[in-house]
Amino acid sequence: MDFLLNEEQEMFRKTFRDFAEGEVAPSAAERDEEERFDLDIFTKMGELGMCGLPWEEKYGGVGSDYLTYAIAVEELSRVCASTGVALSAHVSLCSWPIWKFGTEAQKEKYLIPLALGSTLGAFAITEPSAGSDAGGTKTTAVLDGDEYVLNGTKVFITNGYYADTYIVVARTGPKELKYKSISAFIIEKGTPGFTFGKKEKKMGIRSSATYELVFENCRIPKENLLGEEGEGFKIGMMILDGGRNGIAAQAVGIAQGAYEFALDYAKERVQFGQPIAKQQAIQFKLADMATKIEAARLLTYKAAWLESKGLPYGQASAMAKLYAGDAAMWVTTEAVQVLGGYGYSREYPVERMMRDAKITQIYEGTNEIQRVVIANNILKG
Amino acid sequence: MKVLVCVKQTFDTEAKIELKDGKISDAGINLIINPYDEHAVEGAIQLKEKKVVSEVVVLSAGADKSMDAIRTALAMGADRGILVKQDIAADEYSRAVALAAAIKEENPDLILAGHVAADDGSSQVPTRIAEILGLPHVNVITSVEIADGKATCSSEADGGTQVTEVTLPAVISAQVSWNEPRYPSMKGIMQAKKKPVATVDAVATEDKVKIVEFSLPPAKEAGIKLEDDPDVCAAQLADFIKNTAKAEIKA
Repeated sequence: MDFLLNEEQEMFRKTFRDFAEGEVAPSAAERDEEERFDLDIFTKMGELGMCGLPWEEKYGGVGSDYLTYAIAVEELSRVCASTGVALSAHVSLCSWPIWKFGTEAQKEKYLIPLALGSTLGAFAITEPSAGSDAGGTKTTAVLDGDEYVLNGTKVFITNGYYADTYIVVARTGPKELKYKSISAFIIEKGTPGFTFGKKEKKMGIRSSATYELVFENCRIPKENLLGEEGEGFKIGMMILDGGRNGIAAQAVGIAQGAYEFALDYAKERVQFGQPIAKQQAIQFKLADMATKIEAARLLTYKAAWLESKGLPYGQASAMAKLYAGDAAMWVTTEAVQVLGGYGYSREYPVERMMRDAKITQIYEGTNEIQRVVIANNILKG
Repeated sequence: MKVLVCVKQTFDTEAKIELKDGKISDAGINLIINPYDEHAVEGAIQLKEKKVVSEVVVLSAGADKSMDAIRTALAMGADRGILVKQDIAADEYSRAVALAAAIKEENPDLILAGHVAADDGSSQVPTRIAEILGLPHVNVITSVEIADGKATCSSEADGGTQVTEVTLPAVISAQVSWNEPRYPSMKGIMQAKKKPVATVDAVATEDKVKIVEFSLPPAKEAGIKLEDDPDVCAAQLADFIKNTAKAEIKA
């Protein structure tokens, strides 16, 4: 057993951190304020090779692993959670299913540009009335000759509007078949009948683009079916197994950013003639923050390590996402408290981090759903 | 044409320096490639991209940890590395002798380095290397053009720019305004471990400098706040300047 990153992973981390601090952090507050997604940052990440970390070189990837990818999401989220989730959705939710279930032709056409960062990816499963209950999908895909015809609406789609490639889950059979009549498709932006609805106005991760997708008689070629007909629910759930580890990494990053800021502030801020870090009330907060972050990081890294080794990781990633999401919410709330009135002010970044942290308890399966996943796993034996 | 870049592993520029047993402690310190040397590496890689040079060799002298600096340069795009194993406490003379010996073996057309190291800031090693090897040295350059066996360098000068032309081989040390060092690419990091790095022992030398003592700069003292009527404050301030700070007052 070894808890140390290897030399290469350390170099990756340093590069991610330098990139995050140099290219992402300076505009984080402004992008949040303006609710503006910045495609240029994503393009720069692509040029460096950050968009295809886990994939083989023949698919435009770097040939690294899921742990390195998790560290990338963590380091980006440490300065800007919106940028962290853009990468997480791109890699885990869009690129991964093509890598895992795609035909060689699909990989050639879609995975390579995604890996190079020349296209941006998104994943659409959630609907107005199908959130945690993804089996309730109402969007339909009916085969007509060589094409599927899609009708329906997807909501809360991360990277929506800006993404070029979408993995979309829709019903291809009678709804009585529930999970068994759901299929997954690869859909390109610009396909006639595929438009964007409203842009979501959010509490946090405000520089992440979140859009509604609308399909009205949208015809896509038959060969854009991902996997087999009826496999869509399984594919969707497997996507979320990996995706939730990306969110765990995002939560660890947000918590780390808030903790570091609160720590530095506590050492500088003088009240009653001494830095507030000398007060045990503050010290205990900092100690608890550091401990929770460490536990969250270890769970996250372990799940990523399991996935890299080809071992089952569903339960581990559910535990990581559950714990890290709750830890991020707690740590950022306490960070605001350490800063007091300044923490509540938008002059300082911890209020943004607190708003950003909340989503990590909700998306990629709410933390209640994570508990369901974990409970099902431990009770099935 | 072959270019050789000297790099040093230094403390992170944000590291808090502490003394332990009279020496600078490296406990818990992040080590990085000397930021000034990064500009030299970037310059060398750009020369390779412009097809002016065909090979970029990166050279460092120090402990095993210096391998990280070499790997960083390899990840940025250098072709191979040489680590000269030497006590990290070696002085600038010993360091230059060790590096010069390795450079002589390699016989490059151009030697690049940062003009100063972020840790000890002595700014001596490139100059010493040039002296030992009998090569011209151009310092703090902000641009370089290479053609017909010559390097035309711009460097900072008081109130202007100095343009120097030297015949190669030469030692050229970089100022930060030369270029913007790139982030190592992901592929570069993956390839770095596969690139060859030779390890050699430093030639034996005797340091010319003996460090007597390290001491930290005195802690910054809290200021004095005068709170009273303006005329009282002024009088107190005048008294402080004259008697406590003992400032020399010039008319």
